[in-house]
Order: sequence, then structure tokens, then C-alpha cells
Amino acid sequence: MQQEAERIRWFRRRSVLLGAGTFGVFGGLVGRLWYLQMEQGERYQLLSEENRVNQRLILPPRGRVLDRAGRPLAENIPTYRVRIIRELTKDVPGTLERLAAVIPVTPERIAEVIRQVQARPRFVPVSVRDDLDWEEVSLIAVRAPELPGIILDSGMVRRYPEGPAAAHVLGYVGPVDEPELKSDADPLLQLPDFRIGKQGVERSYDPVLRGKAGLSRVEVNAVGREIRELDRDEGQPGQDLELSLDLELQRFCMNRLAAETSAAAAVVDVRTGGVLALASVPSFDPTLFQNGISTRNWGALRDDKLAPMVNKAFKGEYPPGSTFKMMIALAGLETGVIKPDTRIRCSGSTWLGRIEFHCWKKGGHGAVDLQRSLEVSCDVYHYEVARRLGIDRLAEYARRFGLGERTAIDLPGERPGVMPTVAWKKAKLKQPWHKGETLISGIGQGYVLATPLQLAIMTARLSNGGYKVSPWLVRGGPRHMACCGAMAEPVGVAKEHLDLVLGGMHRVVNSPAGTARAAALLTPGVQMGGKTGTSQVRRISKADRLSGAYKRKDIPWEQRDHALFVGYAPFTEPRYAVAVVVEHGGGGSAVAAPIARDILDRVLQLDGQPVQAPDGKSA
Amino acid sequence: MEERLRATDLSLGEKILSINWLLVALLCVIGGIGYAVLYSAAGGSPEPWAFRHAVRLAAGICVMLVLAMIDVRFWFRIAYPVFMVGVALLLAVDLSGIVAKGAQRWIDLGPIQLQPSEVMKIALILGLARWFHAGWLDDVKRPLFLVPPLLMVAVPVALVMLQPDLGTAITLISVGGTLFFAAGVRWWKFALVIAIGLAALPVGWEMMHDYQRQRVLTFLNPEEDPLGSGYHIIQSKIALGSAGLWGKGYLHGSQAQLNYLPEKHTDFAFTTLAEETGFVGATFTLFLFFAVVVLGIVAATRAHSQFARLVIIGLSMNFAVYVVINTSMVMGLIPVVGIPLPMISYGGTAMLTVLLGFGILLSADVHRDTPIQRFPKS
Repeated sequence: MQQEAERIRWFRRRSVLLGAGTFGVFGGLVGRLWYLQMEQGERYQLLSEENRVNQRLILPPRGRVLDRAGRPLAENIPTYRVRIIRELTKDVPGTLERLAAVIPVTPERIAEVIRQVQARPRFVPVSVRDDLDWEEVSLIAVRAPELPGIILDSGMVRRYPEGPAAAHVLGYVGPVDEPELKSDADPLLQLPDFRIGKQGVERSYDPVLRGKAGLSRVEVNAVGREIRELDRDEGQPGQDLELSLDLELQRFCMNRLAAETSAAAAVVDVRTGGVLALASVPSFDPTLFQNGISTRNWGALRDDKLAPMVNKAFKGEYPPGSTFKMMIALAGLETGVIKPDTRIRCSGSTWLGRIEFHCWKKGGHGAVDLQRSLEVSCDVYHYEVARRLGIDRLAEYARRFGLGERTAIDLPGERPGVMPTVAWKKAKLKQPWHKGETLISGIGQGYVLATPLQLAIMTARLSNGGYKVSPWLVRGGPRHMACCGAMAEPVGVAKEHLDLVLGGMHRVVNSPAGTARAAALLTPGVQMGGKTGTSQVRRISKADRLSGAYKRKDIPWEQRDHALFVGYAPFTEPRYAVAVVVEHGGGGSAVAAPIARDILDRVLQLDGQPVQAPDGKSA
Repeated sequence: MEERLRATDLSLGEKILSINWLLVALLCVIGGIGYAVLYSAAGGSPEPWAFRHAVRLAAGICVMLVLAMIDVRFWFRIAYPVFMVGVALLLAVDLSGIVAKGAQRWIDLGPIQLQPSEVMKIALILGLARWFHAGWLDDVKRPLFLVPPLLMVAVPVALVMLQPDLGTAITLISVGGTLFFAAGVRWWKFALVIAIGLAALPVGWEMMHDYQRQRVLTFLNPEEDPLGSGYHIIQSKIALGSAGLWGKGYLHGSQAQLNYLPEKHTDFAFTTLAEETGFVGATFTLFLFFAVVVLGIVAATRAHSQFARLVIIGLSMNFAVYVVINTSMVMGLIPVVGIPLPMISYGGTAMLTVLLGFGILLSADVHRDTPIQRFPKS
């Protein structure tokens, strides 16, 4: 009995100890919970988020490109692709075979898809084809019951409704390449579906057009399957761009030039510098680049001698020929080496030392004053003025009108042209300047090179009363802001000198002796001013000159002269300037002037230009 | 000397009245929590786990109450035979057990699979309780008296280690030790055994299976192999840690719902619970478990026979060891051992053996005044 009582006492004491021990251990467990959940909670919350949340970029829609009237030049249209999910089909090869019976899928593609499907988790869709047309989409949709695991999916592709007509201005988009990936940290570039601007506006305004990537946070489970979307930031769609370009006019220019083998035209607003058309033939189809161009197509485009990829309106450099003579005349007047009524006798050629410089007119023009020198495009007059000026003074005035340097239009790849000086030749060719080269420069030959856009800008600066307008393409873009933010800077020539030159340009088109008298505007009551140019691409030998063979049409195309014309309209209140270059087209008056005339007629018509009272200034 | 004891035979009504209903209610609440956890682990569905869990809970509670009606002397009588059967079953499993998860733990008895190691825990408690029932404190002081019970612990532990089942071995040692302690074995003897055990550790390390060693190593540095064996512990700690004070909300535990958490319905059910209900929910659940253990200890001190006392405290501590090992494991305090959380983890055998144990516990509690002879005739 006493033993039992003692045993109970011991047992109770030990039980209390066991209870206390248990309490201690459970307390320890609670402490551990506290440590994990409260003290370390933040760290584990982070780990838990990392575990379960996948971040995915969302491609924002690319901004559209619109013409000045809001008509789309580049837009996005949905594209459809077909994909396969392994876990939804029992038999991947069988399903693909059946799919291939519905829409064309090559056996190689099937083999590739099967390989990809096996390499990835069973719930990840693998693309089979991604350029389905509507008919194919409907076919697949109709057959859906027999195609388990096949899903249709849509994305966006860039579409250029005008195709080749605006291709040179818009450029194109294509897949991101390695250098672009390295130089641009935007996460958008990592997206396989992202297309980056490669040329034209698409390239120069790519940062604006592409927008900001959206972000979708998706909850994924332990094997990476997406369970649900947690939240979504749509990002920022790319901004639409409104161009100064007029779609109608651009299309018209392209059609008008289409008859020529290779030609370019630029139309600018003389008051704002806005580019209304920038045409170049031949052209290319910008859609070809969407998914990376095939090697064969690329080779064909690249090796084409007519350079369809190049917008010659601002990347082509040509000797301006006689279209350059306004510069000579103006520089002569400004520097005082000639007076408006200074007459120079043209006997068909002039001599510098022992070298004879020919006028294009064999018999000569007789005594020629400034305006007549432009009207009949007398070479001897301009040889003489150029000789009196010297190349450096000539160059200084030409530069004021935008020649010899990039116009800084908001497009990539613009060429600067060449306006030679003594220093330029020394630096570039390590040779001294020869006086004969000054004379040749006087008729826009020799080293002088200009792009059609530069010539249009030169014409604009002449006709707008002498203001340094610069070309721009995108409304609200940096170039537009630069030229319209403040009043354009004056070129710095006397108004009466400008008017004299413009009068000469008026006579080119509107006087009976003018070189472009056949190209007067057809718009009733509106007149234009202009200047023809025919620039040689090869030296004319004495034998050629004697035989007259250099004028014949049967010489090889590459050796024929370039035909040029610059013009503006209306004469009384200039709005538009145009420059046309037809490569190896022959004479400026016969080939380029009618094109320029048609373009100016068209732009006036598009503008609803009211018929103006005929003014009496026409000579 | 038996005059203080009540009449030996109680009526059924008396028995039912003297059942520790608070304990029964606590077990039902914990089982209900288990239902909720399994419902959530299945992504908000009674299938495939929660419904069956509820059925087993109901059946188990019934079995428990029926067992509670059985006279405690019956358990006393069958204590040694049950112990022998337990050892025999372990032997049978070692010899011809079916392989589950690289460990032979199950024996197939037709419709139900029996886990002999579970049976063994109860059998050990019964066996040791019976042995110490006969010993006065003077006996317990004699080292020779302690040799048979030491063997009663050592033999099943050795057999369980052979399976190999580290978790059960630790449980058996812990529960056995508890009984030795409650029976009045002196502190220094425990110290001696522990010292010997520590000295034997290197030997034990040598004897361990590769996967057991790996578990210990992984436990010591789980981040070393985050996608391999350390994955369980890391994911469990992430789930627990990210829960915060109130948890992520019921059915919203991302780690469990998204399958980052392995064994979310069995061994890691506590993590599932803690992720969704946070520190508050997990602590509350631990408190319920602790309350069960305390009720058991209190009941043990009320009993008038040493056998009943030892059985009750043994079963209570067995329950406590279960809970502590499982929760320590999911909290990264000890290596991953395959021990479920009683009443909450999915698993029929585990639930039934736990409730079987409580049935015996209740029986001993109901018959706390029933006298048991020191050396019965049989």
C-alpha cells in the first residue's frame, strides 16, 4: 500500500515533468513557426512569389503611319497561326497528318514540329504554321473535331496597303537582329514576335511606333503550367504617326515615274518644308521583310542595278546640270560680278587657256542677260559668271540653298551630295583645284552632286522669298518642330536678286524661247516657274560632238544623260516645289519637265487650288 | 488492500458516462481540421481525400468508443501476446513485406494493408506498461529489472531499422523512454543510455542506408540540392514562411495549390494548413494537439493502477511524439522522416491506429478505478 502510494507520487511528479517537457517542445514549435512566418516571412514571401509568378511581356500594337489626310500607309492586321498542344491529343503525328490534309504543311515541318513538341512540356503550344489565310482558318475551324490538340491563334502583322508606292518612305519592319539586340536595351526586343523598323520612317521613328511593353504576371504551378493571370499591364501602344506625305500625290508620282526605268521625284511645301511626295522607281514590296526575307528575294533586290531598295529621291546623287544655274546667277548678282543687265556674248563656246568649253547650243545664243541665260539655259553665260565668282564663293551661296550637305530629313540614310571647294578637293582628292573645274561647276557638272530632295529644297528656298526651310516628314517629329517652331531663317540674299532669278525661271516655262515651254501647267490660270537640266554622265569627245552622236537615242542606256527638272507653282504665290530626276532619261526639257508639270498640276488639283486670276507678269 | 477500489464491473451506462468526452470532442475537431486541409489540398474538392478522411474519422471514432468499453484487464491480459504478435509482424514484413517507397513497411492482409510498425507502437506501450505494473520503485531501481524492458524496446527498434524506417525507430525509442521515465527510472540511467547512444552514432551512421544518410545530410544543408532531396524542406519552409500571421486564406495557399509542395496531403499536411491559416491557425492547431496530450497526462494521474497510468501516458506521449516529429520535420527542424500528422494527414492505417490507441487510452481511463493484480494467475 505504501509502495503503491510512493509509486503514484513518483508517477505524478514524472507526469508533471513530462507535461512540462511537452509544453516546452510545443513552445519550441510555436517559436519556430514565429521565426519562419513572422521574422523571416518577407523573405519567404518573396521566394513564394518567385516560385509561382512568371512575368511575361505583352507586345503593344505598333503605331500606324498615316498620310496627311489620315489615310493609313502602314497598319496592323491580324494574322492567324495554327499550333498544337501535346496533352490535348493522343497522337501527335496522326493529328499533324490530318492537319496536313486540310492545309498545306510540308513533311519537313511536321518532323520539326514533332521534335519540338517532344522537347517541351506537354501543355506548351508549338507553332505549326503562322501565316494562315482566312480560307485555311475556316477549314481548320470546320474540321476542329477531328483535330484534337490543334488550336488557332491570332497575332498582328504589319500591312502596307500601298505596297511598293510608299515603300521607300515607310521602309519596312523585320525580325530583330543581333546588333540591334545589343545596342537596344528595350525588353520588347526580346519578344520573338516583335518586329523592328529596318528602313524609312519605320526605322527613324521606331522608338515612337513600337510603344511600351506591357506586362502580364501569370501564376504557374510547379511544372510551369499557367494557372491564371494575376494582373496585367497593357503597356503603351505605339503612337500613330501623321506624315506630311500625301498618299494620292505619292501614288501619282510613282505611277507617273513608272514609265521610266529609274527615276525619282520630290515634292515639298515651300513654306513649311513638309514633304508631300518622295517617289523613286523601281520600288519593292515592303511586306517581303515581315518574317525575314528569303535569301533569293534579297539577292534579287540587292543585285538589281536599278537599286529598287534605294530611295533615290534622297539617297541618289546626281550632277544637277543646268538646274544649278540659279545658284550661279544669284551668287553673281549678290557678289556683284554681274549686274542684272550684264550681257555676255555666247558664240557656242568659250575658252579658258587652250581648253574650249562648249555651250549646249552649237551656234551660241548671242548676247545673253541674266534672265535669258536661264530661259535658254545658256552655258557660256554661266561659265563666265562662274569664272568670275570662283568656286569657293559659288559654293558658299549653293550651301545657303541646302546643297552639299544633308537636308536632315527625318529618314535614315540620306546622302549629302557634293558642293566642291578648293579645300574640299585638297582634302578629298589631295589635288589642287583647276580653274576649268570652276567653269564646269557653273553648269552643274564636274564634282557637283545633289539629291532630288536637295534640289526641291533649293527651289523651295528660292521661291518662298529666301527662307531656309528644311524638309520634314512626320508631323510633330523633331524635324517638323525644328523648322516650324520658329520662323525659318532667311537665306540672306536680296529680294530683287531673287525676283530676277524667279523671273528667269518663269520664262523657262512660259516664254516662247524657254527650254520647257512645252511643259506649262495645264491648270487654268496658274503658272509655274522651273528650270530644266540635262547632265552628262560621260565625257563628250570631240568626235562625238562633230558627229552629233551624243544626242542620239541609240547609245547605251547607262551612257545617256540624266534628265532633270526643278519647278514650283503657283508662280505668283508659290506653294509647292518639285524636283524630278530621270536617270539616263535624255533631255530635261523633253523628259523631266512634263513629269514635273504633271506632278505640280496634280498637287494643285489635290489642294483644290482655286483658279487664280491670270497675272500680267508672265512674259 | 483492494478495499478502496470500486466494484470491479461497471455497467455500460457508467462506462459511457465516464468517457472523457472532452478528449473525444478535441479529436473530432482535429479530425475536422484534417478534413478542411484535405479539401483544400485537393484544390477545393472532397475528392479524392477529404471525403474518405471523414469516413475513416467517423469509423475510427466508433471503433475508439467501442474499444473504450472494453475492460482494461483485457488489455492487461493480452499485452504480452500483442507484443509478440507485433514483433512477429515486423519479422514477417522484414522477410516478405511489399516494397513501398524503397522501404518495406506494409503487410497485406487482404482488404486492408497493415502497417506493423504502427501496431508495434501500441504493442510496446502495452508490453512495457504490463512489465512496469509489476515493479515497485525498489524493483525499478534494480538494473536487472530493466533488462527485459530494454530488450522489449531494442528488438522492435532493430527490426524497424531493418525495414528501414528511421521515423518509427525514433518514435519507438522516444515512447519507450517516456514509459521508463514515468515508471520512475532514475535520471542518471537515462544519461548513461544517451551517452552510449551518442557513442554508437558513428556505428549507426555506418549502418544507415544511403537514402537515410542523404536525408540527414539534406537536413543539415537543404539549399545545397534545391531540386533534389532538399526540395521538400525548402518548399515547405517557403510555404510556411510566406503565410504570415493570418495566412493566405483558406483554399488560397499558392505553394500547396500549385503543387510546389510535395506530399501536401500526407506528410506535409501541416504545411498546407499553416500556409493557408498562417501563424494563428498553425499555433491554434498545435494548441489543440497539446490539449489532447495534457488531457491524457491528467487522465493518467487519475488512474489507480500502474498499468492504466502507464498505458494512458504512453499513448499520450506516443501521440505527442507523432505530432512533434511531423511538425518539426515540415518546419525544417529535423530530417524528413515519413511520419504523418495524426488525425490530419491522409492515410487510413495511420488514422485507425491513432484512434485504436485512443480507444485503449479511453478504456484505461474509463476503468481507472478497476484494480489489476500485480501478478495475475493466468
